[in-house]
Amino acid sequence: MSLAAALDMRSGEGADLILRGARALDPVAGIDGTHDVVIRAGRIAELASPGTADAADAEEVDAAGLHAFPAFFDPHVHLRTPGHEHKEDIETGTRAAAAGGYCGVLAMANTDPPVSTPADIEALREAAREQASVSVGFLATVTRGMEGEELTEMAALRDAGALGFSDDGLPLRSARVLRRALQYQHLCGGTIALHEEDPELSGAGVMHEGPVSAALGLAGIPSVSESTMIARDAALADYEDGRIHVQHLSAAESVDAVRSAKAAGVAISCEASPHHLCLTDEEVRSLDPQRFKMNPPLRSETDRQALIEGLRDGTIECIATDHAPHAAEEKEVPFEQAAMGVTGLETAFAAIHTDLVLPGVLDLDLVVERMAGGAAPFGLERPSLAPGSEANVALCDLGAQWTVGEEGYESRSDNSWCAGRELTGRVLMTVAGGQVAYRLRSFSLGVAP
Amino acid sequence: MRHLLGIDQLSREEIEAILDRAESFAEVGRRDIKKVPTLRGRTVVSLFYEASTRTSSSFELAAKRLSADLVSIKAGGSAVDKGESLKDTVATLSAYDPSAIVIRHPYAGAAQMVAGWAEAAVINAGDGKHEHPSQALLDLFTLRRRLGSLEGKRIWIVGDVLHSRVARSNLAAFQVMGAGVTVCGPPTLIPRGIEALGCEVSHSLDGLEGADVVYALRMQKERMTESFVPSLREYAAHFQIDTRRLGPRQLLMHPGPVNRGVELSGEAVDSPQSLITEQVAAGLIVRMAILYELIAARGRPAPAEGEGAEQPTPIGQPA
Repeated sequence: MSLAAALDMRSGEGADLILRGARALDPVAGIDGTHDVVIRAGRIAELASPGTADAADAEEVDAAGLHAFPAFFDPHVHLRTPGHEHKEDIETGTRAAAAGGYCGVLAMANTDPPVSTPADIEALREAAREQASVSVGFLATVTRGMEGEELTEMAALRDAGALGFSDDGLPLRSARVLRRALQYQHLCGGTIALHEEDPELSGAGVMHEGPVSAALGLAGIPSVSESTMIARDAALADYEDGRIHVQHLSAAESVDAVRSAKAAGVAISCEASPHHLCLTDEEVRSLDPQRFKMNPPLRSETDRQALIEGLRDGTIECIATDHAPHAAEEKEVPFEQAAMGVTGLETAFAAIHTDLVLPGVLDLDLVVERMAGGAAPFGLERPSLAPGSEANVALCDLGAQWTVGEEGYESRSDNSWCAGRELTGRVLMTVAGGQVAYRLRSFSLGVAP
Repeated sequence: MRHLLGIDQLSREEIEAILDRAESFAEVGRRDIKKVPTLRGRTVVSLFYEASTRTSSSFELAAKRLSADLVSIKAGGSAVDKGESLKDTVATLSAYDPSAIVIRHPYAGAAQMVAGWAEAAVINAGDGKHEHPSQALLDLFTLRRRLGSLEGKRIWIVGDVLHSRVARSNLAAFQVMGAGVTVCGPPTLIPRGIEALGCEVSHSLDGLEGADVVYALRMQKERMTESFVPSLREYAAHFQIDTRRLGPRQLLMHPGPVNRGVELSGEAVDSPQSLITEQVAAGLIVRMAILYELIAARGRPAPAEGEGAEQPTPIGQPA
């Protein structure tokens, strides 16, 4: 089942589009060459020799020198609906996703109230069918009201269309509760996504515990607050034969914990965020919460290198932004008081391209694969450029330089961790679920940027 | 020097300039009329979000002795308690066109944020557990009078380093002036990774005899309930500085207020080695020097006639 069929987005006419002379790259489908990418009625019709595709009844885009990737999929975003629409909503959040080259996202359930009932899921799905410019799947909470005590009606939530379950934002403190959820998962399915943090260890911490927190006098969140919980939960998943997805890995010890769980045959997947792959806790010396305060926190260079290695060797199968919009007044306060989280959808690919691909740390092929690696852990089909597939395409200019935030954001919030940075590589156009979901304003029909 | 936000942003030369200036103000304190007209017509705002006795009173008296107009705002009873954001409070106060804002805040980086919003010179009078640079400067001043140079001297900072902004500012200050520093305390109260700041770390007072100066930190009673130390008695047994542990040639300092019988024995406080009252006296003249260096020495012009008569922008309306 295609992404658009499995998830929800605004319905519309399938696009007829020819990306003429694009460098098409889809490592999973074995596609790497210059083609006319022909999209007819919202599906990839053909990868034709450059200049040969018939343009009748189709929009033609001069894509010479541009890259066409399968559009990206983010299994971890906060759309803030219901309850926090002053930060983001389905329309603005999916516009941000489209601007970042995404064709699909999974929305977290830590809203106000949390997404805990079938009616909540149904209302969100209906809103997505009216407002979403990319496909959206909704997770429901594992526990009622995210209180960590009683399970939600997981089977009824699945019937209503919940893609999976997560109390993200908070850890599941109780091993008993997670164990029951994993047992119940055999009845209802649905991956359980886990925010791993032992609150007894993270306490009032606001950044990674280490030399930088010592220098700044900020309370630290030790790496073991994450890795010990991953080890616990991997053991529970193993014992109950359950399926778990570990969210936003940040520490080297956590990569080790997932790697050994995988080696032991546990059904565990995990994600890393662009900010954890590109930045370290050294950034916190600026005491700028707008860009550098999030949970889990930015960690040391050793941790960052371990995440990169985990991404390379497949321990970490996907890049997820943990896009977490916050209003200005929640961030224009001293570091310790500021809300946790940064936005990332609009910059994820460009930041990783700039910081990790251009310097030769990661191969472009690997990044393109991992940017959509979040579909499979939730049982979704990954976007593909193979002829016959639903058209989900990110058209990128890998040479374009731009300053983040200079032209504003599609997101309602501007707490981007890349704010003010110059990045190389930009999404010019996104096709999601067969429809044109985004065009960069300065990029239109036949006009190179 | 535009602001005084932290010791780690100061060079040795800048520090020495402030200490030299403080020396010149010492004489003012010996006059009958202890006031100079240096900052006449300038406004100093003192904005304290945390209780403080010696820091706020010495900054305020310093401003008055320099003839500045003083606006003093304490957290109790002001707009601060009515939920106004720091940014809005600073915007309101900026309408008075202050030359300097002295701020104490319970969170790290607050002074730096204010510096980004205000035209005034910003003086960090303590931000969370981060920095307390005027304390470090007055401590350097006190030590310079006693020892001359700190080059090659050994200083032990003893106690609750984890929760102490004084420890962080003084560690940086002592090092930039050429001293070697050992931080000492129970492992629960020494931040992980602090050795990266270039200090030695000790979990006992063994070796304290090698110190030229012993700088004791205040031990707060609530640390017990958070299981940082099992009891104040056990803390005192291992880390209290008393006259048995303190040698006759060693100097003793403390930022105040002292818990007698906890981090220091009463005898040690009153001993000839103690510089504690000298520290308080130095606080006033060093803070006069800080205000002078940031306002007058920078040649910041006094407000012209008629200027400052603009209406303050009401909160909630675009500036």
